[in-house]
Amino acid sequence: MQRAIIEPNPTPPADSKAASPSKPGSLLQHPNSVAAEVRNLRKIYNVGSPQAHEALKDVNLSIRANEFFTLLGPSGCGKTTLLRILGGFEMLTSGTCRIFGEDVSRLPPEARPVNTVFQQYALFPHMTVRRNIAFGLEMLGKPKAEVERTVERMLDLVHMREYADRRPDTMSGGQRQRVALARALAPQPKLLLLDEPLSALDLKLRQKMRLELKSLQRETGITFIFVTHDQEEALAMSDRVAVISNGHLQQVGTPEDIYEQPQSRFVADFIGESNLIEAKVADSAGSEAAFDIEGFGQVQAPIGQRVEVGQQVWLSIRPERLVLGAVHREGPQATVTDRTYLGNAVEYHLRAGKHALTARSPRGGLRGRQDFAPGDAVSLGFEPGSIKVLLS
Amino acid sequence: MSTARLRDLRVFPGFGLLSVGCVVFLYAPIVVLAIYSFNDGRSVTRWAGFSLRWYQTVFANQNIQTAAMNSVVIAVIAASVATVFALGAAIATVNGKKGGGEGAYVVLTFPLMVPEIVTAVASLVFFVAVGISLGFATILIAHIVFCIPFAYLPIKARLESMDATLPSAAADLYASPAKGFLRITLPLLVPGLVSGWLLAFIISLDDFIITALVAGPGATTLPLHIYGMLRLGMTPEVNAISTLMLAASTVLVLISGLLGQAGRKH
Amino acid sequence: MSARPLALSSRIPQGFAHAGLLWPSLGVILVFMVAPIAIMLTYSFLVPGAYGGVEWTFSTAAYEQILFERDFLDDSLTFTPDYLIIVARSLIQATVATLLCLVISVPTAYYIATRSDRVKNIWLFLITIPYWVNLLIRTIALLFVLRDDGPINSALLDVGVIGQPLALSYNGFAISLGLIYSFLPFMVLPLYSAFERFDFRLLEAAYDLYASRRVAFFRIVLPVMRPGLIAGSLLVFIPSVGSYLAPDILGGGKTLMIGNLIGTQFQAARNWPFGAALSMILLTITLIVLLWLARRAAQQQRSN
Repeated sequence: MQRAIIEPNPTPPADSKAASPSKPGSLLQHPNSVAAEVRNLRKIYNVGSPQAHEALKDVNLSIRANEFFTLLGPSGCGKTTLLRILGGFEMLTSGTCRIFGEDVSRLPPEARPVNTVFQQYALFPHMTVRRNIAFGLEMLGKPKAEVERTVERMLDLVHMREYADRRPDTMSGGQRQRVALARALAPQPKLLLLDEPLSALDLKLRQKMRLELKSLQRETGITFIFVTHDQEEALAMSDRVAVISNGHLQQVGTPEDIYEQPQSRFVADFIGESNLIEAKVADSAGSEAAFDIEGFGQVQAPIGQRVEVGQQVWLSIRPERLVLGAVHREGPQATVTDRTYLGNAVEYHLRAGKHALTARSPRGGLRGRQDFAPGDAVSLGFEPGSIKVLLS
Repeated sequence: MSTARLRDLRVFPGFGLLSVGCVVFLYAPIVVLAIYSFNDGRSVTRWAGFSLRWYQTVFANQNIQTAAMNSVVIAVIAASVATVFALGAAIATVNGKKGGGEGAYVVLTFPLMVPEIVTAVASLVFFVAVGISLGFATILIAHIVFCIPFAYLPIKARLESMDATLPSAAADLYASPAKGFLRITLPLLVPGLVSGWLLAFIISLDDFIITALVAGPGATTLPLHIYGMLRLGMTPEVNAISTLMLAASTVLVLISGLLGQAGRKH
Repeated sequence: MSARPLALSSRIPQGFAHAGLLWPSLGVILVFMVAPIAIMLTYSFLVPGAYGGVEWTFSTAAYEQILFERDFLDDSLTFTPDYLIIVARSLIQATVATLLCLVISVPTAYYIATRSDRVKNIWLFLITIPYWVNLLIRTIALLFVLRDDGPINSALLDVGVIGQPLALSYNGFAISLGLIYSFLPFMVLPLYSAFERFDFRLLEAAYDLYASRRVAFFRIVLPVMRPGLIAGSLLVFIPSVGSYLAPDILGGGKTLMIGNLIGTQFQAARNWPFGAALSMILLTITLIVLLWLARRAAQQQRSN
């Protein structure tokens, strides 16, 4: 697909304001420079009142230039608050917030080189698509000719040329979404903030927009900070993901890291599905350890940190990495309590002692895999490296 | 049910007829009044042919013209001042809900809660007590006061139905608070402002009892003049001038209705 | 740093700007509406001046006057029900008007709410116009048709049904009709918006459970509509109690209501303290009714 490319060396919007030390042009040469950084960030709503609520608790985070960064977490976890603090819509309680090195903690939104795609798009209903896209450029006092040129380029970028003179209320959710993107990209911000922009779209459109957003980010080279509660969305689009829960940063890493190497029960449970089993360290030797599971037996798993014999830990196993077989050997066993057909997989609910487990096998019963019925006794096997040891 | 006929479940027999009766009851007197304003004859009862003579009499009457002019001038000023004040109050109460919003709302709608006759005599007593002589100015002040809630409520409703993130979006796109207000909030408030102004205008134009008490000897408005004419008995001039006011009100309601519909389409 | 602090931005209205926007309206209402009523309250405890106005002597005479007559010679109080009758008549007239408005409005509002959108708008428009048309003119129009030589009496005389004009105007009946005529739209419109929100599946459920139409209407529709019925009733009752024009024009000055009695004290009778006391009573009645409504509404909200 041929797309118009944003000039590689755009004029930063904040040029019209006094405080803007860095230029995007220079940071393209240093892809590892820091786009946004928050240090010891705390946000408390209704400070001093009985309804005081701490939305962010001492958050430290660095977002690199040119990356597609996602803040992921359940609703109410503080991810939107963090985004709104970056955008300047919310005042932080303590800590600092820097954008390309500049402390913006006390700047209003209009003085930040940052644009936002709002959750419900917040398109100006009394203006055409064209006027919506031109708004930011006009507010920056750009010359008319430049405004026109940029608007045209944006219309092409999001494929909305034929709707240029329509008003937002006559358009579908997907179209509004594109206009919102074009409007936020037009002033060529150093940071683009996206507040769950796909949540108002239906599933098919959402999947399509994921790809478009990703390629838009690559083409423009603008740092995207994306907020979502949808882990699939986060894994599919992001260069790096920060998982937030209850105002705390749980883990930051690539999608693979987050999925394969969860560092806490919350991350293991929130990203994908996990069987979480309480266990005790039975024996530890170098990078391997043996764990006792009550009513279940002993399993071996690699460990990343030092553990003490007798220490209480949690073991996490993804359902698709739990292998069921006929009972013919020693080792952990379970009873099938329920079988659910899912189309592309079969899910088995199992009981092993006091533990309830879930196993999923692709297209169960076919391709040599054995199928089981409720009441069957099965043996449990673990793929190598499939058990993660979690200390918290 | 004994009859097997399936009817619209929502229909209750007789309700339609009653509704027609209700509308006929509301309209019959004003329609009859209007018809007799075209009656060519001194008697207001016997039909003596079509004529516009009573309208000619009304238009030739200098006092009626002065009174009408007063009414319009007072209504325009009162509605305009009330709308400007109400706009500020609506922005303040909708944005700053936290601090004392309830109290401000009670005060702003207080004029709606007090019986008109009480407002009328209280205003009279107040003006006399503080030594403001009754006349055009006192009518104007009283009208501004009771117009404020009528202008305030539609503006507030419009502001509340507005997407609250739009000002944030404007700020995000580098608009200063003043520019954001002028380019985004104000244009979107226009339907609320217009219907608030029109309501206030109609209310001011219609008022009789408050005006009657604070008018003093010199100043007069159209309703006051008509009331005075009525003291001399039911004359065809009363019919004619009443019909003119009916027509004016109807046109205003039509305009505000059409504007409201256009606003909703937005 | 060059940029302005965050607190100046549009989303967090600073106390100063906030007050600047709010206070013109609040100030005007407090000075020209609330203060006058406070003065009235004060005046109601003073004695009337010789040529209108008041004299600064504390007295509860204005309130006593409602129930008693003070004898000129020996200062003794005798119970006189004249003013009490006027207050009672006001309440009765307002109650009757409210009930009749309910009877007319419930079917009308229901009928309008169940029309298609296009037809509904026409009906609503028809009801809205009288709502905004000048009350004085509408009252005059009603007087015009009710008079002894008005169209109704003329027609009946011509046909020969009656030998003498019916006394349709200048009496209690005319006032009742006038109040209904004045405030009927005040009842229809809120009832309509309540019926609009009515969940008609409830009606289907009632029929499904063997209810007849009559039972469904009285046992399901009306109870669900209660908040709307109460709101509409108050919108009729409150202006009816204090009504001035209907009794003045249609009652012919003979059958007074409290509104006219108040007006007279400030015009012909020149007894300001008595007028102020009557005003306070009318205001109290109104505010009690409104407070009761507000509390009910709050309870309704809590229970939902």
